Amino acid sequence: MAALLAVSPALPLHTAGKYVAGAYVVLFALVLIYVAIMAIRMSRIERDLGELLSEAAAREEDARGVSTDAPAAVESREPVA
Amino acid sequence: MHPMYGKGLRALSIATVATMSVGLALVFFYAPLEEEQGFLQKIFYVHVPLAIVSLAGFVLGGVFAIAHLRTRDQRWDMRSYVAIHMSLIFGVGTLITGSIWAKGSWGHWWVWDEPTLVSYLIVFLLYVTYQPLRFAIEDPERQARYASVFAITAGAFVPLNFMAVRLSTAYVHPRVLGSTSNLPAPMALTFLVCLVGIALLYTTLCKYELTAKHTRAQVRALRRRLAGESERAPERSRTAAPRLTTPHPSVGGGHG
Repeated sequence: MAALLAVSPALPLHTAGKYVAGAYVVLFALVLIYVAIMAIRMSRIERDLGELLSEAAAREEDARGVSTDAPAAVESREPVA
Repeated sequence: MHPMYGKGLRALSIATVATMSVGLALVFFYAPLEEEQGFLQKIFYVHVPLAIVSLAGFVLGGVFAIAHLRTRDQRWDMRSYVAIHMSLIFGVGTLITGSIWAKGSWGHWWVWDEPTLVSYLIVFLLYVTYQPLRFAIEDPERQARYASVFAITAGAFVPLNFMAVRLSTAYVHPRVLGSTSNLPAPMALTFLVCLVGIALLYTTLCKYELTAKHTRAQVRALRRRLAGESERAPERSRTAAPRLTTPHPSVGGGHG
């Protein structure tokens, strides 16, 4: 290996440049892929939260409907009693 | 109070971007060209920090696993899992950048008689089995326990492996740790800034991952609680990731 290095001179800029660029692009691409995966996950969480929110709102509406119906039923029974 | 994994994430993200930007500026505008390798040596400032941080992350995963076995707190298992998971991603970066450097420097993508390269590959392949191991165990308790034992054993193997390679015959792989004094001051400064930048990137991404996993667990818990009032929550599917159970709002929880 030492012999291999001894015969390998420093690469000129135009040759080494593509290797250096490649190495830094790898780091950039890894971070970018990770951010993209995180973005997909976040949108899934957002969608789940939206579903839960609409479910909670529907329940709230149901509960309100029951509570507004209840006094009317009492009122209707009162004269009878 | 619920644990807050996202606390300090913004400051950490800003610090990471700032440090990495300064690091890149130093690499291309401040650090001098190396005599033997010329411009190609610039790969050193990304490859070596990635390798150091990934190996440190593997050891950190073992330390978190010890905490998990001591306390039986599933949050330590989650931290251990995320530390190892992130180290694997950084490991992929190390192997690819190393191969690019080897191709430019030696004319080969991989050299099998280089102990540093092969030992790193062995460590990487060892940790690649971590996720399948977790996935193979269905019971969450047993999964966490076995994964912790694996993380501790493999974590102990990392420095031993590193020392064994150091003690073996030194070939031509550049030595960094313990020999930074041999680097000219501008190169050493650039390297240290890049190392801090990559370490900050690792910490930030780990925190992002922990925050996302915790948020997902909270959403699942909320769904189950809402479903529990009318119908039984569906069974969870098998997963390699630890299953966090969020405490009830009335129950106190630590910080992440």
